[in-house]
Amino acid sequence: MIISELLEEAFSAVTVNKVRSGLTVLGIIIGIGSVIAMISIGQGAQGSINASIQSIGSNLLVVSPSFQRTPGSVVSSGRGAAETLTQADSDAIASQVTQIAAIAPQINGRYQIKSRTANTNTQVVGTVSSYPQVRNVDMSLGSFISDQDVASVAKVAVLGPTTTGDLFNSTSTDPVGETIRINNINFKIIGVTKAKGGNGFSNQDDIIYIPLSTSQRYLQGGSYVASINIEAQDASSMTSVQEQVTNLLMERHRISDPNQADFSVINQADIVSAASSVTNTFTILLASIAGISLVVGGIGIMNMMLTTVTERTREIGLRKAIGAKKKDISSQFLAESVMLTFVGGVIGIILGWVISLLVTHFSGIATAISWWSVFLAVGVSAGIGMIFGYYPARRAAGLNPIEALRYE
Amino acid sequence: MIEVKNITKIYKTGDFETVALKNVSFSVRDGEFVAIMGPSGSGKSTLMHLLGALDTPTSGEYLLDGKNVAKLSEDELADIRNEKIGFVFQQFNLLPRATVFRNVMLPLVYAGVERDKREERAKKALVSAALPEDWWQHHSNELSGGQIQRVAIARALVNNPTLILADEPTGNLDSKTGEIVLATFQRLHQEGRTIVLITHELYVAEHAERIMHIRDGEIKEDGKNHSRRIVHHPAAE
Repeated sequence: MIISELLEEAFSAVTVNKVRSGLTVLGIIIGIGSVIAMISIGQGAQGSINASIQSIGSNLLVVSPSFQRTPGSVVSSGRGAAETLTQADSDAIASQVTQIAAIAPQINGRYQIKSRTANTNTQVVGTVSSYPQVRNVDMSLGSFISDQDVASVAKVAVLGPTTTGDLFNSTSTDPVGETIRINNINFKIIGVTKAKGGNGFSNQDDIIYIPLSTSQRYLQGGSYVASINIEAQDASSMTSVQEQVTNLLMERHRISDPNQADFSVINQADIVSAASSVTNTFTILLASIAGISLVVGGIGIMNMMLTTVTERTREIGLRKAIGAKKKDISSQFLAESVMLTFVGGVIGIILGWVISLLVTHFSGIATAISWWSVFLAVGVSAGIGMIFGYYPARRAAGLNPIEALRYE
Repeated sequence: MIEVKNITKIYKTGDFETVALKNVSFSVRDGEFVAIMGPSGSGKSTLMHLLGALDTPTSGEYLLDGKNVAKLSEDELADIRNEKIGFVFQQFNLLPRATVFRNVMLPLVYAGVERDKREERAKKALVSAALPEDWWQHHSNELSGGQIQRVAIARALVNNPTLILADEPTGNLDSKTGEIVLATFQRLHQEGRTIVLITHELYVAEHAERIMHIRDGEIKEDGKNHSRRIVHHPAAE
């Protein structure tokens, strides 16, 4: 029998009992729909987490202080608390490490900030002119800290949009030129950054940037830096830069055992891959739960096909009497079950797509339907038709024509 | 040409053996109209299954057009049924949800005949079973019993078979519609078709030109029907 013939027969057979076929297909629709929806939610979550990691910079390495162990003592202060990184370390990295695109040391502190009308408490970051390049900061008004500002220890500040709103009661005001007081020292506002949104760890919009030298002289004291941001030239040079930085700093800090290092170098790629593995695990978890409902749907198909074969025993007998071979009968029933699951698969994809749109709409989690999940779903649903239709079809094909014709 | 040589059929159910046919031999010439008559349990259904290549004998030979059908596999038997035999059953002859036309074409679908050739041959068969054209697109569950049997005859003709095998074709019909069906068989016989009619009613058997009586698995009587009924029914013309 030709395929088109087979499909025609299968179509007329499955439409005889529309309610039963519909309910059976519903099982597949729910199964495929939930698999698609779960995969798209998982992938969407992965995409948005990756995007927010990328928003803190590209090809970024961050050097931060680690434990500080005093010789002869077992007490170690907390990671990141030590003041082991200095401006000199940063300068050494800039001059000796190759494949670096830009470097920006920074120093952090929280202070009370006052404007003429309001006050707030926020993070103050002392840094240099290359910071926007390294950490993907864009300006919406004015300009960022310049090399000149750093050299002259200028009392200038760049505000994040949230901080601007907090200090001037409206995000739409242009605060450039206004004066604010940080820790009771007057700073002139020279720019406002564009909104970046939270990265999951801190709000990058509630922040004030001032020149590194100014922070060191007026706010923190000393020549320590809290961390050094390094942008590698490209993704492939990150490992090399990480190694060079580690070796250089170990040499400078006179440490021979890497386990005793008083600093750590965090690679952005590591963060991305750690986050990806978390989201992957959770996508697989969700998809497997949805997969269970798909298997249940498949069992529904098998159940219906077995009933159909019994009901149509005499039809099978008649078909055999007029010349149908085993293969003709089994392919007829297989075509029916594959048709049911295929239709279920297609409707399920649409359902899954609608669900993921609704999830995006109501919860704000970005979702992404990938082509491979659609192809996979169609393939899986047709495969389920084959697998769960095989046994009933074989049973139909194996019927003895005489007994089938006599069947009451 | 049909030749049955020393056919025996034994059914085994557990430890019991039932001999349904004992050493049966006969032949049917091309163009003959034979009635096989016998009460229920006589072995006539078993004989019908063997003649129709629905089953194989325990021993003996069955030559259909010179080919021994007795030793074929299941799929080979399906081919024989498809090519050489046209069935008319007592009931459940047609697929209820398919049209008359589709039902008649079905054996050609399994034979792998192309669509337009199929339609042409189905039309011819429907015409020779004297089925008016306005029935052709009806679904078979919209037809009366007599109409169904005539569609079944058309389907039996469509593959141009060696043998038309009718198993109690009038069993579910009233005598008037039964006559139309029998008249159709007689007309096909006049056109040169070979027909074997299985029945338990003498009245029906008397429409054939030769009657074989079967009882307890053996042929008791086999001869020309001297009191042949000839029916002329305008609906069958």
